[in-house]
Amino acid sequence: MTTTAAPRREYIDGATAIVRGAIDAGCTFFAGYPITPASGILMAMMRELPKVGGVAMQGEDEIASIGMCIGAVMGGAKALTATSGPGISLYSENIGLAVMGEVPLVIVDVQRLGPATGGATTVAQGDVQFVRWGTAGGYPMIVLAPSNTPESYELTVKAFELSERFRCPVILLTDKELAMTLSAVDVDAYPDVEPVARTIKDAGLPYSWVPADAVEPMRAYGAGDAFRFTGSTHDEGGYITKLPAKVGALNEHLVAKIEDHRDEIEMVDVDADGPADTVVVSYGVTAGAARAAVRELRAKGTAVTGVVVKSLWPIPETSLSAAFDGAARIVVPELNVGLYRREIERIAADRDVVGVNRIDGKLITVAEIVEAAR
Amino acid sequence: MSTITITPVATFRTDDPYPFCPGCGHGPVLDRVNEAMVKLDLDPAKVVIVSDIGCSGLSDQYFVTSAFHGLHGRSVTYATGIKLANPDLEVVVIMGDGGTGIGGTHLLSAARRNIGVTVIVMNNLNFGMTGGQHSTTTPEGGVTSTTPLGNLEHPLDICATVGVNGAAYVYRGSSFDHDLADRIAEGMRRPGFALLDIWDLCTAYYVRSNKFTRAGMEDSMRSWGLEPGLLYDRQTAEYATAYRRIHADIAGKPTPRPRPIDITHEAALDEPMALVVAGSAGGKIRSAAKIVALGGIRAGLWAAQRDDYPVTVKAGHSVTELWLAPHEMPMAAVVAPDVMAVISADGYAKAGPYLAAMGPDALVLTIPDFADLDTKAQVRVIDPKAAPKRIPKTSLGLVYLSAAIALTEPYPIDALREAAAAGSFAEINLEAVDTGALLAGA
Repeated sequence: MTTTAAPRREYIDGATAIVRGAIDAGCTFFAGYPITPASGILMAMMRELPKVGGVAMQGEDEIASIGMCIGAVMGGAKALTATSGPGISLYSENIGLAVMGEVPLVIVDVQRLGPATGGATTVAQGDVQFVRWGTAGGYPMIVLAPSNTPESYELTVKAFELSERFRCPVILLTDKELAMTLSAVDVDAYPDVEPVARTIKDAGLPYSWVPADAVEPMRAYGAGDAFRFTGSTHDEGGYITKLPAKVGALNEHLVAKIEDHRDEIEMVDVDADGPADTVVVSYGVTAGAARAAVRELRAKGTAVTGVVVKSLWPIPETSLSAAFDGAARIVVPELNVGLYRREIERIAADRDVVGVNRIDGKLITVAEIVEAAR
Repeated sequence: MSTITITPVATFRTDDPYPFCPGCGHGPVLDRVNEAMVKLDLDPAKVVIVSDIGCSGLSDQYFVTSAFHGLHGRSVTYATGIKLANPDLEVVVIMGDGGTGIGGTHLLSAARRNIGVTVIVMNNLNFGMTGGQHSTTTPEGGVTSTTPLGNLEHPLDICATVGVNGAAYVYRGSSFDHDLADRIAEGMRRPGFALLDIWDLCTAYYVRSNKFTRAGMEDSMRSWGLEPGLLYDRQTAEYATAYRRIHADIAGKPTPRPRPIDITHEAALDEPMALVVAGSAGGKIRSAAKIVALGGIRAGLWAAQRDDYPVTVKAGHSVTELWLAPHEMPMAAVVAPDVMAVISADGYAKAGPYLAAMGPDALVLTIPDFADLDTKAQVRVIDPKAAPKRIPKTSLGLVYLSAAIALTEPYPIDALREAAAAGSFAEINLEAVDTGALLAGA
């Protein structure tokens, strides 16, 4: 029944897809500092945002860049910033501010090989735990990870949606290869998106946490009457407080608004073909080789389930547990020392969890995953 | 018909008393800030006070304006974002001398950009909140909890620093100045970046440790060469306004999404094919691979390229892995290329693992220098000197890739010619494609 309409393809990189996704989601502000391999996003935003009436800035450093974004959001903008390992390290304190002040903001981490300056043009997935725990306090973070160019677009939009839904920073975790590799993309593979809505109330308290998981519409400077924003422990009016009842309620709210709504965040691609002893769990760039390995294993007669995690944090525990049902062996390929595998081990309980890891700047090959899955 | 009477705001202060120590200068400075806002008849809902950290960071809570209380030293960055997002707002930063240290680069950059915010530095020469430690502005010899034998650091001249770097309005004074409210109002009225370095007494620490007094402070200022008064006063374009002006012509004209690439040919490929080109950075290796990919897409194929190069732009290696495939394929590394072009010493240095993995059906194209390279693949040496015209270095990659396409025919060479003709440098690239095809047939 299939009619073969002429395929419609373009040849673009992931950075371009992220920039388009941000603009389609309604982004009006960007600030970033040059850093390989994230500079493509900075340069494209400097070029493209003014065309849609937005503002793009090159900050004096990464601290200033994310600081400007937070200020701009409170001034009514929707903001994106993008960096890599050394820069996300400098973002740390302001990620905390965005969590505490409940600032919707999308942060792209284009991973490169670390630690420190590491390999600027070298792929890695070493920030997967850092983006979860990279600011003081240990409060929940939402982290999405695309595994190809269309997903880079789709998950950028999704990141804006979730940041508005939960009034919090959302991290889009990508890497050098996903951001810079050019690939043919079916232009019909991109979902149709609407600009992400934000409700701004023009009066009333800037914060509320009754019930604990409820997210109050935000305020913006200049829209309605005066209001307060603070990174200090605060009451609903944004006044500094040390009253245990208030402090507890605020901090429980920061947890509950995300943890109680994990089902709205979970995004996992499960490629199952009947019962399988082996499950390959991957994310990001490594999902490319993992998907190919699953195909190859099946072709050789091995029953295998492929799982690609698109919402890394909070851990999509429900979907993962379901996918692990009946499996004896879980293979986790990743370009780091086995960072996400720790989470899989916890969820997989007594199953055999095997890592396939490279930290030499090379991509994991299909053959390496096939070997580990057998 | 009723008459609406607009009463100017009589005060921007809340009813709460300040929390500062007896004799501290911060309260009087904030009173002058309040008077300035009253004088200017500002709308409290259009004013954002951005406070830093330390005793000065408590300030915003005593005003009925909007407030942003963020992290230490970063106040100017938040203020910049707020102003850029909404230039109609009056944005006032209140920081201490501590903030000028940890946030020095932000202060400097905001001055250089001439961002339209007003910065009030309540400069009491030490860290008052955390135990009287020395700050960037502690005078040489000043005794603090961290300089018990006297400060060895030269104090920062905040005013000169922002002044020589583009600030529109710079004033140095003290909490005792009788006209301070007017100076603050002037700063706020100035469209660009205004900074007022206002010295005041920290009665908890600096006064106690240094027998510092009002008279001593005023004398010291001059004796240290830090003249009070209006120090810089210039009319330069405010950043947010200038930004919108230079972009006015392109605003509202988003870049149209590129049209999908026309499919004009048919490809013969039924298995994915991996090509690797190993050359030198600056040799347009990536651009060449892109043209070959676009040629493939024109023939209905899928394509993806992964580029590897050092951080230097025009030195060292440039190696691109290019997949051509009859179906969409996930991003994966090339282990054993079907075709490899080794065209420079930089590329040769990176080619070893690929060459070692290639089998007897694979093809290597290379220059005469590497005629005896080590591989099981078939090696075909193409001498660039055999070309009818000298091949520029920047065309070598496309010449060899074109030869590869001509020899292995994953798709028709005409699709490649079309791709070369459709992009920039069309003439040069077309010539490279034709040269490659010619050398392949020779």
